[in-house]
Amino acid sequence: MNENLFTPFTTPTLLELPVVVPIILFPTLLLPTSKYLINNRLITIQQKLVQLILKQMMVIHNTKGQTWSLMLMSLIIFIASTNFLGLLPYSFTATTQLSMNLAMAIPLWAGTVITGLRFKTKSSLAHFLPQGTPTPLIPALVIIETISLFIQPMALAVRLTANITAGHLLMHLIGSATLALLTISLLATSLTLVLLVMLTILEMAVALIQAYVFTLLVSLYLHDNT
Amino acid sequence: MPCVLLGDCSVGIFSHSSVSVPVKDKKLLEVKLGELPSWILMRDFSPSGILGAFQRGYYRYYNKYINVRKGSISGITMVLACYVLFNYCISYKHLKHERLRKYH
Repeated sequence: MNENLFTPFTTPTLLELPVVVPIILFPTLLLPTSKYLINNRLITIQQKLVQLILKQMMVIHNTKGQTWSLMLMSLIIFIASTNFLGLLPYSFTATTQLSMNLAMAIPLWAGTVITGLRFKTKSSLAHFLPQGTPTPLIPALVIIETISLFIQPMALAVRLTANITAGHLLMHLIGSATLALLTISLLATSLTLVLLVMLTILEMAVALIQAYVFTLLVSLYLHDNT
Repeated sequence: MPCVLLGDCSVGIFSHSSVSVPVKDKKLLEVKLGELPSWILMRDFSPSGILGAFQRGYYRYYNKYINVRKGSISGITMVLACYVLFNYCISYKHLKHERLRKYH
């Protein structure tokens, strides 16, 4: 029981070859592109969704911030599609690995901070001290603000990892509990089954929301710094 | 002169099975069973050949199910079903131990 609880999170291997990279690249197969203005039904649906998300996310930024639209749109589509594919049975979700989330979070956060320091040095350094603090508190507050700045990428990565991993684990546990209760008591089985169905719906929402939150926070850090 | 009078019929006389297609260029369903080993050995197994085979397979599926005017959900669902099967095959080694048996 203990060993097979975490085997969905191990590196998938095919004949002892790690097959992680094709699995990470698999969502690209599901997102077709087109060079025409008017497309078939599937591509039009997808393009309309992307435009909806684009308008929602990038309207708060100024011109300089909107140069990041391609990056942020790719980010949210990648995270959302990877999370959704992880809800299929037996699949491996790349966003459960902390290494990958850190690799996404740290460069993006560092990019926003360095942009802010390069172009608006005074104003981005001024973020370290909130307005109207009493004078004796200033040293302590600067230290606290610095720590809170450096914790941002860690929080981004760990939030995504923990949410998706916890969701998958919970579904696994409640699923095996339902199976085990089948022979003991039918009422308990049906109750756990209802719980499982609701959890699956929650997981679908979480998949989307986590992608949204990740991208939103990166865009907020960007907004502060442009 | 006879060619002009006959018109398209002359084409019908010359496209006889005496001009046969070489084994290398036949499609799989047209290869006879005895020729199968030689057909397999004559395929292009270089990296660019394998890449070309993947590309042809991808575009064959794409143009049949996705790139149509009113694509339906079945085009994507088939891909996802194959993905689930693929992942099952990969994790079979771990799943073997989760069967409901008395002795594993």
